[in-house]
Amino acid sequence: MKLTELKQGEEAVIVNIDANSELRNRLLSFGLAAGERLSVKGHSLAKQTIEIEIDGTLIALRREEADKIEVKRP
Amino acid sequence: MEHIPIKVAMVGQPNVGKSSLINSISDAHLHVGNFAGVTVEKMEVETRYCDEEGCCEYDITIVDLPGAYSLRDFTLEERVTRDFLLNEDYDLIIDVVDSTHLQRNLLLSAELLELGRKMIVVLNMNDEALKEGIEIDEKQLSVILGVPVIKTSAKTSEGLDELKRLIAEVYKKQETDSKIVYSDFIEEEIEHLVRFFSERHYKSDIPLRHLAIRLLKEDTAIYRKMHEEPIWIELLPVLREALEHIYLHTGKKDIEEIFNDEHFAFAKGAKMEAMSTKSMRAHNLTQKIDNLLIHPYLGIPIFLFFMWALFQLTFTLGALPMEWIGATFDWMADLSKELLGESALSSLVADGILSGVGAVVSFLPNIVILFLGIAFLETTGYMARVAFLLDGFFHKFGLHGKSFIPLVTGFGCTVPAYMAARTLKSRSDRMITLFILGFMSCSARIPIYVLFAGAFFSRDDAGNILFLIYIGGALLGLVAAKILRMTAFKGEDDPFVMEMPKYRMPSLKLIYHVVYGQAKDYLNKAGTFILMASILIWFASNYPKNPQLEALYQQKIERSFSQEEKQSLQAQLQSKKMQESYLGIVGRFSEPFFAPLGMDWKMGVALETGLAAKEVVVSTLGVLYSLGEDIDEENSSLQESLKKNISLPAAVAFIVFVMLYIPCFASMAVFVREAGGWRYLGYLFLMTTAVAWSLSFIAYNSVKLFL
Ligand SMILES: Nc1nc2c(ncn2[C@@H]2O[C@H](COP(=O)(O)OP(=O)(O)OP(=O)(O)O)[C@@H](O)[C@H]2O)c(=O)[nH]1
Ligand SMILES: [Mg+2]
Repeated sequence: MKLTELKQGEEAVIVNIDANSELRNRLLSFGLAAGERLSVKGHSLAKQTIEIEIDGTLIALRREEADKIEVKRP
Repeated sequence: MEHIPIKVAMVGQPNVGKSSLINSISDAHLHVGNFAGVTVEKMEVETRYCDEEGCCEYDITIVDLPGAYSLRDFTLEERVTRDFLLNEDYDLIIDVVDSTHLQRNLLLSAELLELGRKMIVVLNMNDEALKEGIEIDEKQLSVILGVPVIKTSAKTSEGLDELKRLIAEVYKKQETDSKIVYSDFIEEEIEHLVRFFSERHYKSDIPLRHLAIRLLKEDTAIYRKMHEEPIWIELLPVLREALEHIYLHTGKKDIEEIFNDEHFAFAKGAKMEAMSTKSMRAHNLTQKIDNLLIHPYLGIPIFLFFMWALFQLTFTLGALPMEWIGATFDWMADLSKELLGESALSSLVADGILSGVGAVVSFLPNIVILFLGIAFLETTGYMARVAFLLDGFFHKFGLHGKSFIPLVTGFGCTVPAYMAARTLKSRSDRMITLFILGFMSCSARIPIYVLFAGAFFSRDDAGNILFLIYIGGALLGLVAAKILRMTAFKGEDDPFVMEMPKYRMPSLKLIYHVVYGQAKDYLNKAGTFILMASILIWFASNYPKNPQLEALYQQKIERSFSQEEKQSLQAQLQSKKMQESYLGIVGRFSEPFFAPLGMDWKMGVALETGLAAKEVVVSTLGVLYSLGEDIDEENSSLQESLKKNISLPAAVAFIVFVMLYIPCFASMAVFVREAGGWRYLGYLFLMTTAVAWSLSFIAYNSVKLFL
């Protein structure tokens, strides 16, 4: 399932990141990589932007970017 | 005693406290804020360390660099860091790490270790780590990384003396033992290559291990260099084979990705070995505050409320000291007239310098309050939240959420705001932001607004008017962004991924530095630039003298009987004199341009001098309106004389014009540099002037219609 399908407060494990190498590198710098655990902390109006937590870091993502991250429930 | 210079590069991910650390070990006041991308330019700071035993003194130059998540450049300011590390001269790297985000920070450390330079790893924010129950074994970590590791806190100054000592110690070392250990299959290939080189007694200026790693990483610079050498022919097949092995082992063909995975595994492994968490008290507070501040429905209204409150405060709290300062300058002007008598000199001092500079200085309290507000936004961590809240909205207008950061900086001063736009990666996002930044009213325009709002609206409304002006400017900026996005800067959408720092209470010291620094800058400007401008304007409005005209009026005045007639003649003389002055000539020339906006030539001239800097508008008005009118009246504050001489529609038109036209000379220079060409300044000038004129025209006519 996609990251955007998670509800606020839900936890998941990253399965795959389907993005170009630039974005993938950036996400990796934030600690986002396959196998890592994340949780959804909040979102703005109409889920346009999503706030997630990974390894203690809070990260804001736009919907389009979040859609590229495939996750599964642990 | 011997003096030894050391150059240190301060590197680390954004918002880990590099600039704070430098401020704490030296007496510098680098800009600090609680969001990623505060430092966007390299800055050098000097400090000393005295080694008593070795009897030598070290002159340490620390280079503060923009934070970078990685050395693979992404944004402009990260490129500054990367270029510095690869191309410039320095003795050692200080890699600053946020102890509370060890794993993520070690990813960058891994890249830095690969540079093969002398290095110290600094575990900063130790105070926070302790509070969050995070324990790091720095000795263990030092063994893993092969470089010294030290715990510090820029907040409590823990470990700072030790850091200086360490800088000297590492400097004296011959070579670095920095190492990063890869998976076995890569280590094998590295070993293979190293053996290949050493068997051939190859002379390399970097350690062989680093040479091998860089070759495996397909580093273009090293390939170019090796290509020139005879060994290349033999090297090529060996290298090809090594890469084949690696590809085969990982099942991937992208060497960059393979090494990324290696770094990730390395960072994770290092963290596992060196760090333990005792309790998870970490993010509870931040989470609770976030539940409210980035609430989907309440978030934006709360933000707007904060802004509204800030402008109310700016106006009401600033009003009191403003009156005192104004009164003091008036008193000084009267005094100097008394002391110097009626002469050209007394007019220069009283009407030129004191009215011009005084008009500007009296707004100091307003400016300080506004900057204080911005400082709170910057240092608490709220800034990134607002960027988060606004991204969806901004995105619809063709802007990037991160544009919010330069835009807010622009409420303070447009110059640093232009530079802050470097954190935007895509060129079109950056250009659009640069073009609309001028619509965010900078603090130098506050005096004009306060002056006019105070003169033409009631005291209770003035704060609201201020708020409306700012919101209006910002909304117009959005519309302009949309138009620019659809026409001039189409470009692709850029991803929005941004770190949200945890909330932090700004320290008193930081607040003090903001207030002190801004006040000092402002007064400095008033004492130099504004002073010069005031003298210039005084001169241009008093000369050339026309003795004939004066004699003529003097006769008329003597001949007249009633007091009233005398006064009106006096006033006529003043305005005639002014019209024939240099300033008057310029004013008359540009009068047709401003006439449709309901403005007289004086207002036009004030706007023109405002091209230099917005503070000058106020000092020009101060000089022009203190000279001309109301000579016999004792109480003639600038606000009152404006009220008497300017109609409400013209005043509104004036405010609108000020809101929208180009900020100042200094900002123009920076704009040319950041946008990358003079022609963009031409476009900017045309765009802002056209928008300012037309909206001012509309404002003038609609207010007139309503009255
Ligand atoms: N508690 C605590 N806070 C710190 C410490 N060092 C820095 N901070 C805070 O962390 C935030 C970031 O500090 P900066 O010095 O601006 O960070 P930077 O690394 O220069 O950031 P960029 O210039 O954006 O790369 C500020 O809010 C500081 O007050 C520390 O040791 N302890
Ligand atoms: Mg900094």
